[in-house]
Amino acid sequence: MLNLVKVVAQRLALGLLVLFAVSMIIFLGVELLPGDLCQEIQGQGATKETVAACRKELGLDLPPVTRYVSWLGGVVQGDFGVSLANQREISELIGVRLSNTVFLALIAAVISVPLALILGLLAALYRNTIYDRMVNVVTLTSISTPEFFVAYILILFFSVKLGWFPSLSNVSPETEFWERVYRAILPATTLTLVVVAHMMRMTRASIINLLASPYIEMANLKGLPRSHVIVRHALPNAWAPIVNVIVINLAYLIVGVVVVEVVFVYPGLGQLIVDSVQKRDIPVVQACSLIFAATYVLLNLTADILSIVTNPRLLHPR
Amino acid sequence: MSEQQKLERMLAQGKISRREFLTRMSALGLVAALPSLMSDSAFAAKPKKGGHFRLGLGHGSTTDSLDPGTFENAYSQTMGYGLRNNLTEVNADNQLIGELAESWEASPDAKTWTFKLRRGVEFHNGKIMDASDVVASVQHHRGEDSKSAAKAILESIVDLKADGKNTVEFSLKEGNADFPYIMSDYHIVVMPAKDGNVDWKSGVGTGAFALQSYEPGVSIKMKRNPNYWKQGRGHFDSAEMITIADVAARTNALTTGEVDAIDRLDIKTLHLLKRNKNINIIESSGNAHYTFAMLTDIAPFDNNHVRLALKWGLDREALLQTILRGHGYLGNDHPIGRANPYLAKDLPQRNLDPDKAKFHLKKAGLSKLTVDLSAADAAFGGAVDAAVLYKEHAAKANITINVVREPNDGYWSNVWLKKPWCAVYWGGRPTEDWMFSTAYAAGAPWNDSHWKHDRFNELLVLARAELDEAKRRAMYHEMQLICRDEGGVCVPLFNNYVEGLSKKVGHGKIAGNWTMDGLKALERWWFV
Repeated sequence: MLNLVKVVAQRLALGLLVLFAVSMIIFLGVELLPGDLCQEIQGQGATKETVAACRKELGLDLPPVTRYVSWLGGVVQGDFGVSLANQREISELIGVRLSNTVFLALIAAVISVPLALILGLLAALYRNTIYDRMVNVVTLTSISTPEFFVAYILILFFSVKLGWFPSLSNVSPETEFWERVYRAILPATTLTLVVVAHMMRMTRASIINLLASPYIEMANLKGLPRSHVIVRHALPNAWAPIVNVIVINLAYLIVGVVVVEVVFVYPGLGQLIVDSVQKRDIPVVQACSLIFAATYVLLNLTADILSIVTNPRLLHPR
Repeated sequence: MSEQQKLERMLAQGKISRREFLTRMSALGLVAALPSLMSDSAFAAKPKKGGHFRLGLGHGSTTDSLDPGTFENAYSQTMGYGLRNNLTEVNADNQLIGELAESWEASPDAKTWTFKLRRGVEFHNGKIMDASDVVASVQHHRGEDSKSAAKAILESIVDLKADGKNTVEFSLKEGNADFPYIMSDYHIVVMPAKDGNVDWKSGVGTGAFALQSYEPGVSIKMKRNPNYWKQGRGHFDSAEMITIADVAARTNALTTGEVDAIDRLDIKTLHLLKRNKNINIIESSGNAHYTFAMLTDIAPFDNNHVRLALKWGLDREALLQTILRGHGYLGNDHPIGRANPYLAKDLPQRNLDPDKAKFHLKKAGLSKLTVDLSAADAAFGGAVDAAVLYKEHAAKANITINVVREPNDGYWSNVWLKKPWCAVYWGGRPTEDWMFSTAYAAGAPWNDSHWKHDRFNELLVLARAELDEAKRRAMYHEMQLICRDEGGVCVPLFNNYVEGLSKKVGHGKIAGNWTMDGLKALERWWFV
């Protein structure tokens, strides 16, 4: 157990380092983009004087290093600052968006993870049957199709033709829970179609991989039913790779859904970061990137812990 | 919602049959009201109160704010006109009428303008609007520290002061007969003053709708201002504007009834949308135009014959049919459009003529010409395609155009006004003077051709202060001619605003000066 705590602490410390590096890279990246915030906010309407006034007011005339250090100082104290573009508190700006994004990711995860596991188990169980082939073809097709296209197809059938679900998922903080779920169904289904293949294939592959091992042969020779062999004997040893893939996909559900957000007009973090990058609103971009990076770090940590818990051998790397 | 309205909506949505509708209406004793209701045309019906109006717009960004100095897209502009009023308003016939100003008059040299304010107009917070609010609202855009986009258009003001509670007096540097038009600009809305500064953060104004909630880049919710002073405006009980950046999502939202109106329809699929019986498509021609601006102080564009060769080398009709699919009209190398008061309609239309182009090349002492044209879709939708077409057309006149595809990001800061020749979009301006002073006057910051023409600039100042209609018309006519034949900007197209409305939405004549019925859809439209 002590070993586990040590691993977690190590990973967390490394995670902080990663976040620091990410914040620096993002800052540099946004600095390098052409144009600046004041130009972008005022668009075609910008003149030299108004841009200068705006830059001065927002402190953009200071050197980048000064701005980065003062920003970092704020973040360490839990203050993300205000959006340069409209002076709103970033924590307030991000709070609503983040909860929307997490909500959508959760719904998609609740649908896709069990679905992928079951499909994968069954595919391993009925390997090389028509069922196996069908599942592979369907999921691989859906993952190979661009998300926005999947989204448009779903909208065409389920909202335009059948009228079951709304084509807009414009939730607001006042929206009730079930209304929220209802509005999030189509985007969540789109995401499910995109992520299921990866998790399903990994479940199938890692179980099939184990089926060749001697202890499974032993179980088979004992005369155990095939489903029993797979679920009770093979699956526990297969968890580690499966969990890793699931977690990568969960992270994707949080950080990679901007296209789906745009198509369904879902007010999540993705749209926020795209807007902010376009307008060079560096503090918002920074805060979003940190959240995204932290999501990856934390989820990967979870994956490691889960793998270790299901397979204690991993505590002692050879 | 009254029972009658409920039934009408159900009928419009096809939830009940006409027969059932008639039966239930007669049960309410309302049969007499039927003829107008059953007509299909939203145009014919009389405005009615009620309903929740949802507008889906392609613009709107998380970085927007309620500060009118930052309004730069149709979303915030429509929002601003919904929440607040100006001193003056441009109506659907492109005439200037009073809004918060009841009347105005100029001194004979058009240097001093006095606006008499409407009395007893209430802000949403109950405060009575007076001259101090107007002064503070204009001052918000002026001064050293102002970062307002309207700073430039207010530069001519030397001083403004309140004279009593209901009069505001402006003193200008030079005479300007069009000054009241400037007061209708979407930046210069009237907001309540507090200690000499305006309060824009609360969104309080005198408009038809009061702010309920605003999430920039997502949506804004408003409810009707019960004390709205303007007669026959502000019909919806509540209104909501939703940012739907993706054009397919916007169209879906309209066809599935998630919103009642959208802007910026995809003209490539317009013919398919027209088949939908529940949708009205409205189109208005205004002053918005596409240009290719040449920097006239850089070779080879410093030679007017080169500019003329390029202007003659473009097939505008082909551009209109391919880029806009006919949803617009041809430009004549000057920026004055159909919604401007003094458009010179008798100027012959310029179109593709390779011989004339070659003639001007020869005059410039060249047998062939190679130039770079910078374009990105940030300039206007289809700008890169337009540039490629231009290249094909101009090739007939021995002109080689290298199309340089520029990044969308930072287009207005790194390409526009910087590259010698680039594609540009202009929303147009309500008056000739405003348009010319913004983009064609010598030394104007947005003069995107760096053009300096002595006669043109002389006329600009003369016409500005001229109060005699006929003389002004003659001057603006001459200026359009000069602009066409000697200017540095090729103006091939004026684009229409193409918008989609549910059949449930009623409207009067659609204004062409801006998109969304002159940006005033919120207060002008109603549910039939």
